[in-house]
Amino acid sequence: MSHLPTLLPLGDSAWTVEFGDRIDPALHARVMGLNVALHVARDAGDLAGIVDLVPTFRSLTVHYDPLAVDGQLLGTRLLQMAEAAGSTASEGRHWLLPVCCDADLAPDLERLAEAKGMEPAQVIALLTAATYRVYMIGFMPGFPYMGGLPPQLAMPRLANPRKVVPARSLAVTGEMCAVYPWESPGGWNLLGRTPVPLFEAAEETAPALLESGDQVRWRVVDRAEYEHIAGELAAGRLSRANFHIAGEAA
Amino acid sequence: MTGLIEVIDGGLGNAIQDAGRFGYRHQGLAVSGFLDRPLADCANALAGNHPAAACIEMRGLGPTLAVRCGPLRVALAGNVAATILRANGSSQALPAWQSATLEDHDSLKVGAVAGGTAYLAISGGCAVPRQLGSRSTYQRTGIGGIDGHALQKGDSIPCSQSGKRDFRETRGEPLDHGDGPIRVMLGPQAAHFTDEAIETFLNTPYSATAEQDRMGLRLAGPALAHASPAAADIVSDGVMPGAIQVPANGLPIILLADCQTVGGYPKIATVISADLPRLAHCPPGSTIQFQSVDLAAARHALAELRQRWTDWARALQTFLPPGSLDEAALYGCNLISGMVDAGGFLRGTPPDLPWECS
Repeated sequence: MSHLPTLLPLGDSAWTVEFGDRIDPALHARVMGLNVALHVARDAGDLAGIVDLVPTFRSLTVHYDPLAVDGQLLGTRLLQMAEAAGSTASEGRHWLLPVCCDADLAPDLERLAEAKGMEPAQVIALLTAATYRVYMIGFMPGFPYMGGLPPQLAMPRLANPRKVVPARSLAVTGEMCAVYPWESPGGWNLLGRTPVPLFEAAEETAPALLESGDQVRWRVVDRAEYEHIAGELAAGRLSRANFHIAGEAA
Repeated sequence: MTGLIEVIDGGLGNAIQDAGRFGYRHQGLAVSGFLDRPLADCANALAGNHPAAACIEMRGLGPTLAVRCGPLRVALAGNVAATILRANGSSQALPAWQSATLEDHDSLKVGAVAGGTAYLAISGGCAVPRQLGSRSTYQRTGIGGIDGHALQKGDSIPCSQSGKRDFRETRGEPLDHGDGPIRVMLGPQAAHFTDEAIETFLNTPYSATAEQDRMGLRLAGPALAHASPAAADIVSDGVMPGAIQVPANGLPIILLADCQTVGGYPKIATVISADLPRLAHCPPGSTIQFQSVDLAAARHALAELRQRWTDWARALQTFLPPGSLDEAALYGCNLISGMVDAGGFLRGTPPDLPWECS
């Protein structure tokens, strides 16, 4: 059942337009529908004073300049737009990203396989057969929360989170998949590592590799290819665009 | 003309900030920027800069800086003071709320910041390169400022030489931040809490703890009950500086400038823009009382704060520091006409002598 969107105040300089309270591709499609409508309006010069549009799993937060915008009027407008906007037909960009699952790069692979009564190769096969939807970027710059992990691989977070997760680690918990763009503490289960940076500050228009709405698949590479790709990226002979694939017909 | 400062000692907790990095929150990037924008604007105004020029935010022990290419005008705003070590070996105290001009080979040793946040502005602003549209330092991922890190020995900070040789300095009163409760708007997840919890939140003073940094401020006080155990977690949604999240332990955390862009704890309320700068001055043990207001009141409070700042800036005065008096006599006619134009020096009380020579 489709709920009416609700408008939640996030102080006097942001509104959160909420479509629901759970993780659901249908809710996210409505979030992205509103996101598209707001970008169109903003590009047409019709929404002055909006400083950031942040889509999440189930809601969209609109940050505005409280000195430039009457928040009450904006809120009313947002709710009208949310009710009018449909689910977006756009599937986002499609990515095929390399991942190496060698044991030293995938410290939780063995344990997860054992817990699920599988061989590590079966876990990798399931991991790479799925298509992941980027729900949102958060936690840290460029960190993609991606839905679509096969339920057979669902695992809780580690009871004792790691103090240090290496940058570019592919991680899973529940039915979510993510990549840590930076070295950081973290409690998700690590199943591999990609050579592709998830955040590059030098990319002025879009430093994060992935965006809300993108589709991602994983391609397993061996260590030699992993190192090769890392080297080519570092040398500038490969760029992120090389991992961007044409959208498949739905 | 380009000026240059070298960091002799980085001190503790000092980094370059500006108004913040907007337009990247959907990419997970924190806004960063000044914790106390009005106070930073004061330092900038005193130093003759545009508001929101990049300056040095200080949260602990101030840095020691040497002028490599001057003259530069500097000014402090906040509970902090500095000593100017002149190239000739003399030293002078530089209190906050007034500017001073530093020549080549002079250095500036800033003391400890008392209980919060202070700013050091340098003429022309800290002209480090912008990264993703801002000079603000976001240390968590090493973006902005000087290679994304806090000031450290050996860093160079480009700036601008102070303009035409003008012996007058600028001074003002300390900025009044206002007092009384910290005003909040309830939500976005006030419904995740019991009525008693909302009541407690608004009627019981909380205290700031030592667990605070640019990302957030943890409070101590009565635990706030969620409406149900399930209500203690939400599917992550957008957050921002000022949002007050309450994890399962019931103790509020106020998010600040370097906070994440999304979060999975319910937010009982959000501090309004007008009172957010005051959270930069909450030493451990200080009391925070919340008060709920609506959007119209929040808007009014922000207009009031803006007016207070404008009044503060209008009351700025120029004065002649001692030591420049001899030179001043040489150019007396010009100076007097200049002062009449500026309007400040002659209007106010005569400046007492702010410099202490040792």
